[in-house]
Amino acid sequence: MTPFTTLTGIAAPLPMANVDTDKIIPARFLKTIERKGLGRAAFADMRFNDDGSEKPEFVLNQEPYRHAEILVAHENFGCGSSREHAPWALLDFGIRCVIAPDFADIFFNNSFKNGVLPIRLPREICDALMEDARLGANARITVDLARQVVIRPSGEEIPFEVDALRKHRLLNGLDDIGETMQRASVIEGFEAKQRATQPWLYAGTPAT
Amino acid sequence: MSVTNPRTLFDKIWEAHVVETLPDGTALLYIDRHLVHEVTSPQAFEGLRDAGRRVHRLDGTFAVTDHNVPTDSTRFTGIQEPESALQVATLEKNVAEFGVTYIPLNDKRQGIVHIIGPELGLSLPGMTIVCGDSHTSTHGAMGALAFGIGTSEVEHVLATQTLLQKPAKNMRVTVNGKLGFGCTAKDIVLAIIGKIGTAGGTGHVIEFAGEAIRALDMAGRMTVCNMSIEAGARAGMIAPDEKTFDYVRERPMGPKGEALERAIAWWSTLPSDEGAVFDKEVVLDAAEIAPMVSWGTSPEDVLPITGTVPDPDYAADEARRAQLRRMVEYMGLAPGQRLQDLKVDAVFVGSCTNGRIEDIRAAAEVARGRRVAEGVRAMIVPGSGLVKEQAEREGLDVILKEAGFEWREAGCSMCLGMNPDKLSPGQRCASTSNRNFEGRQGKGGRTHLLSPAMAAAAAVTGHLADVRELMPREVAMGDAA
Repeated sequence: MTPFTTLTGIAAPLPMANVDTDKIIPARFLKTIERKGLGRAAFADMRFNDDGSEKPEFVLNQEPYRHAEILVAHENFGCGSSREHAPWALLDFGIRCVIAPDFADIFFNNSFKNGVLPIRLPREICDALMEDARLGANARITVDLARQVVIRPSGEEIPFEVDALRKHRLLNGLDDIGETMQRASVIEGFEAKQRATQPWLYAGTPAT
Repeated sequence: MSVTNPRTLFDKIWEAHVVETLPDGTALLYIDRHLVHEVTSPQAFEGLRDAGRRVHRLDGTFAVTDHNVPTDSTRFTGIQEPESALQVATLEKNVAEFGVTYIPLNDKRQGIVHIIGPELGLSLPGMTIVCGDSHTSTHGAMGALAFGIGTSEVEHVLATQTLLQKPAKNMRVTVNGKLGFGCTAKDIVLAIIGKIGTAGGTGHVIEFAGEAIRALDMAGRMTVCNMSIEAGARAGMIAPDEKTFDYVRERPMGPKGEALERAIAWWSTLPSDEGAVFDKEVVLDAAEIAPMVSWGTSPEDVLPITGTVPDPDYAADEARRAQLRRMVEYMGLAPGQRLQDLKVDAVFVGSCTNGRIEDIRAAAEVARGRRVAEGVRAMIVPGSGLVKEQAEREGLDVILKEAGFEWREAGCSMCLGMNPDKLSPGQRCASTSNRNFEGRQGKGGRTHLLSPAMAAAAAVTGHLADVRELMPREVAMGDAA
């Protein structure tokens, strides 16, 4: 995973609540067996007409927002399915940070695993950041993960909360699995105890 | 937490699975069952392969294909769509390489992962169960902690049989009283989502409780828990009871004999203790629930079938007004229009929400002796090969085919646009599935969520209809129990 430290970039305003995972990436694009290349599928039905031409009214089809690295939205962003294709599509499009009042749980988790930082900020601050974003290319927003602040174009700093463990892993681009595997003996100890008290969980692989 | 404190069902299962608590409060949580399907696993197996890792517990991991598979006979002769065929072939290659137990497409036990888990006895009370699919919450009806995960977490579980998790908050939704005539588990859960909203359960695990929940059979409980995710919850669960244990006793791959009795003794200790504290409580009265239908493009936008399309102009603020206008336009509706006047093009009975034998019985009961309306395509898609076989034993396929329904093979089908069963742009569908998002059932498709009996009523009348007007009162009463 690419570490996430500080990001300064164009923010795109998406003033919608309940942006669901089918909007972020429609199911027909989930047939890939790879992680990469899904940027073309990001928001596909909002971005493109049936003939493949762009819908000019959609924010990510407009300059400078087609180069956006930050997305600012309303409540319950990422609701719906568990598809990790949603953060993969955002990342491949170029978006590394989503700011919203709140997020659906699974999308929130999935984002951290891929170096995409979801930031929860109150609705009125999201609305203010959307106003900043509407100023365009000269109004870049900075996200400083180490200091846990979003810096508006005016220089005003807005603090945000982030889980300490997730922050550590994002800053360093760490692999969760490698870390957990170092605890193999603790996991095996748990299994030995569970096998003794709940043997039905260890009946062996049933024949098929 | 001291064991003398009253604990919830969630607390008890959670605490029994904490391997280690990290300094910041994150738990390393042990996972008993991992169910794998073709869509969210290819990149996880690739990650294992690249790192030279193996699957940690082969006896806790089961795989099946469901999302991509055609529900007609072409599934047996080779999937036509190349990307779907590749995704299925990739799972088959991965399970062979890593030694994972796999239920092949031509096996009668194949079906939707959330149908077959409980059905085969893979999902048991007291377990932690995960799958790379948000509707894993279904298995919570067994009295288990079951939740959906992303592909990175699928890889983490394959490699370590654990997940890094922060504990969720406890929420209880109590449904008191008895369900009315013509109402089902689906109406309960749609009413709950309508009340608390699609983010109402965010950060929480919901325990469903109360007389109306206890009265549901296991299939109905699964329908309710299935849609916990549509209420934003991490998981939904229902305390195990005698119904649960009776259900487990009949499962082909579940524990038997002394092991089962020992398990039941433990499972009997799991229900929330008297006085256990919930962070959030919601109470509904079952008697106030009518047959429900969704009208918009979010599962919270539901109304009783007797309702009319809302007028966006009366919404509280401009953001909500804009959202409602977009929904009304997408759904091809007019404010004030009666829901019962909406003509349908398609009817879909199936999915992990409503693809069990009880759901097919409910649809057949309404369809019996009637005909699917002119111009309506109506499909019945059993949730598994075993459900299909059972329905055929009961003659339900004959009733439904005589009424003009298509009788299909098991799979996710028209719940999501990943296989040949899709809506065309502008088509309106009465669907027993779980999501009415824009494009969910095919680009431009319009979804109305409802119960299997309501779906059958729409099929035979050609429009959204109040099933109560089509049902003899005593039959409906029997179904509701």
